[in-house]
Amino acid sequence: MQAIATILREMEGAVKDPGGAVRAFKQETGREVIGCLPIYVPEEIIYAGGMLPIGVWGGQTNIVQSGTYLPSFACSIMRAIMEFAMRGVYNDLSAVVCPMHCDTLKCIGENWKVGISEVPCFCLVYPQNRKNPSGISYLTTEFEHLRKKLESLSGRTITDEAINQAIVIYNEHRKTIREFTRVARDYPLTITAQKRHMVIKSGFFMDKAKHTLLVKSLISELKALPAEKSSGIKVILTGIMAEPDSFLELFNQYNLVVVGDDLAHESRQFRTDVPAGGTPLERLARRWAEVQGCSLAYDPEKRRSNMLIDMVRETGADGVIVTMMKFCEPEEFDYPILKKEFEKANIPHLYIELEQQADSAEQLRTRIQGFAEMMSTR
Amino acid sequence: MSEKMTSKQMLQKLLDDHYAGALAAKERGELIAWSTSIAPQEFCETMGIYTVYPENHAAAIGAKKGSPELIEVSEFQGYSIDICSYARVNMGYLEIQESVAGKIPLPDLLICCNNICNTVIKWYENIACELDIPLIMFDMPFNYDYEVNDHSVEYIKGQFQEAIHQLEQITGRSFDYNRFREVMEISSEAARWWKKAMALAQAVPSPMNGFDIFNYMALIVCMRGKQESIDLFKLVAEECEAKLAQGQGPWKDRPEEYRIMWDGIACWTALSTTYKFLKNQGINMVGSTYPDSWSIIYDSHDLDGMARAYSSNFVNRNLDFRVDNICQIVNDFKVDGIIYHCNRSCKPQDFCQYEVQRQVGDRTGVPSVMFDGDQTDPRAFSQAQFETRIQALVEMMKTRKQQQGIGVK
Repeated sequence: MQAIATILREMEGAVKDPGGAVRAFKQETGREVIGCLPIYVPEEIIYAGGMLPIGVWGGQTNIVQSGTYLPSFACSIMRAIMEFAMRGVYNDLSAVVCPMHCDTLKCIGENWKVGISEVPCFCLVYPQNRKNPSGISYLTTEFEHLRKKLESLSGRTITDEAINQAIVIYNEHRKTIREFTRVARDYPLTITAQKRHMVIKSGFFMDKAKHTLLVKSLISELKALPAEKSSGIKVILTGIMAEPDSFLELFNQYNLVVVGDDLAHESRQFRTDVPAGGTPLERLARRWAEVQGCSLAYDPEKRRSNMLIDMVRETGADGVIVTMMKFCEPEEFDYPILKKEFEKANIPHLYIELEQQADSAEQLRTRIQGFAEMMSTR
Repeated sequence: MSEKMTSKQMLQKLLDDHYAGALAAKERGELIAWSTSIAPQEFCETMGIYTVYPENHAAAIGAKKGSPELIEVSEFQGYSIDICSYARVNMGYLEIQESVAGKIPLPDLLICCNNICNTVIKWYENIACELDIPLIMFDMPFNYDYEVNDHSVEYIKGQFQEAIHQLEQITGRSFDYNRFREVMEISSEAARWWKKAMALAQAVPSPMNGFDIFNYMALIVCMRGKQESIDLFKLVAEECEAKLAQGQGPWKDRPEEYRIMWDGIACWTALSTTYKFLKNQGINMVGSTYPDSWSIIYDSHDLDGMARAYSSNFVNRNLDFRVDNICQIVNDFKVDGIIYHCNRSCKPQDFCQYEVQRQVGDRTGVPSVMFDGDQTDPRAFSQAQFETRIQALVEMMKTRKQQQGIGVK
């Protein structure tokens, strides 16, 4: 237990002070730290260049300055990112990478180029026809351009060999986190919903090789313990993210256990490995072709609902919580289909709107409480 | 077509025929496509597939005050109030298949092009899923660099090939490349006449009542690949030229005092009240960022050019281009002021609009206002706010004209 507490404390340190992690890396190595906006930035290219890729997903703050770029009905993650950028919070970053998956991210990239002169913004567009050879070739070229920008930023060459090595490290990291999420199901009292989230999130601010080692020792420490019994209501989370923190805090109180997730901030990052074969940049492009069940990855068959229903069955979950990031159109469009399919499959679900800035803990409490009561009488 | 028909009568007839024709084609058992508004229609036109445009239908429903009831239906299904209202109107229509603006037949296939927004990807995915029909996706990558880059063009051309293949499979017929060449020629010719007719509003006073552009737009959306649209835009140009020759302005009953540019889609649900309020102040809309999106002009031998043209509309371009584009309109159309419609439905436009407004203001010195509205959800529009903002704009335009020594009544 002591060892587990130590590991969790180290992870918590990274989550609570990403700025410290950035400065420490720069001090130790003298190299660059690159911010990666949501989602699917090919971090392997950055890593291969000896730089530290870190996650940039906004956070809870007061929106004061970013209102000069974005109206109040823009996604709260993006408003927070713009706000932090304007306040200079990201000035220790050497650049950010903005993948333009949605209309809001397109505009963030554009506004950033104009408004944030201290930190260059490298944009990327991902193809929708992502399985077609022409789409894969397009994305490979986008990644090639990113590689060149990173090379000229750092003054170092990023070789194919180094990217292939980075892919090995990243695939190992993905595999390890997947294992962690499976093992964590047996220890719902030690690995609460908040801790599960924190373990995964800490990977955004650490060297992935180091994070893999930490998570591996956490897994082996957990496995040494007897499995924990819990009478909690088992849920799957789906959506962009399970923040603000006040949201998951309620899970302990109302005895909800997270047995799986489909969050952009969590499982979507590591459920798809980079496949083998071809040049490393092609491999990274083909990873995008293999992404499934994500609201940002074109899918006219809308397989996300089936994927979630399968997850519910596999994990023995009691229900699904749709954590709707307010104003996220890609997610909002998926919801009516999910709703219909969940109802058809007789799977209870809770639709809950989240905003990073909103201090709506009481409202969230009412919804979670209501859901927990409904589930316990089922 | 009668010689005596005015362009407005001709427009109405063509649109009536268009929608009646679609229903008749469905009755005959022909394939119907639904398409986004600036998709490469050339492929379905070549294949002889009747194509209707849900955005146009939604706009017509909005103008006839029928959007709230359809929006209610889709919101009941779980569509968030924050989603584009065209999509909410259309998903509601899909459920009840009735509207104040008439019926459109349900589709057998879908054509989606995201050069206008990524919203349409999600919207069309949902239709494809609900109806279990094929979706042909034309992905035009957002141009964060100023120009459309070469690897985008290659990718788009790859998709053209794929679309032809998909259409051959769906119809069981082979694609006629000679017919394709003809359609390409007609489409570019229609776009040229569209651009030419709109450019006649550069004259002072403009011979065109600018809000008419919003009406003519229906045809450049729905019939860009057909000879009839060329005929219509020629007629519009003729009428304007005749008015120009006589020095006539946009209206018989009052002079054009202020010339404005309108950024964004119209508020269809408040089309006549916004129009009347502007007209009462002597304000004529002479230019807009929006209609020019259909100026899709390329050489019929040039597939690269076609790919570039379809990726080049302003909302698929970066901020620098958008600013240049508006400055050009301000200059060409001798604009006195700009009205920015912060259209709740249109995120790709709204989320760059504040910065565009600042930069255009700095570069041109032309005053501007922004108002909150929506293309088809009347709940997001307030006539009172609109009027207050326009009054402020009039004050600013008046002062500026006085400073420049231009007489104002």
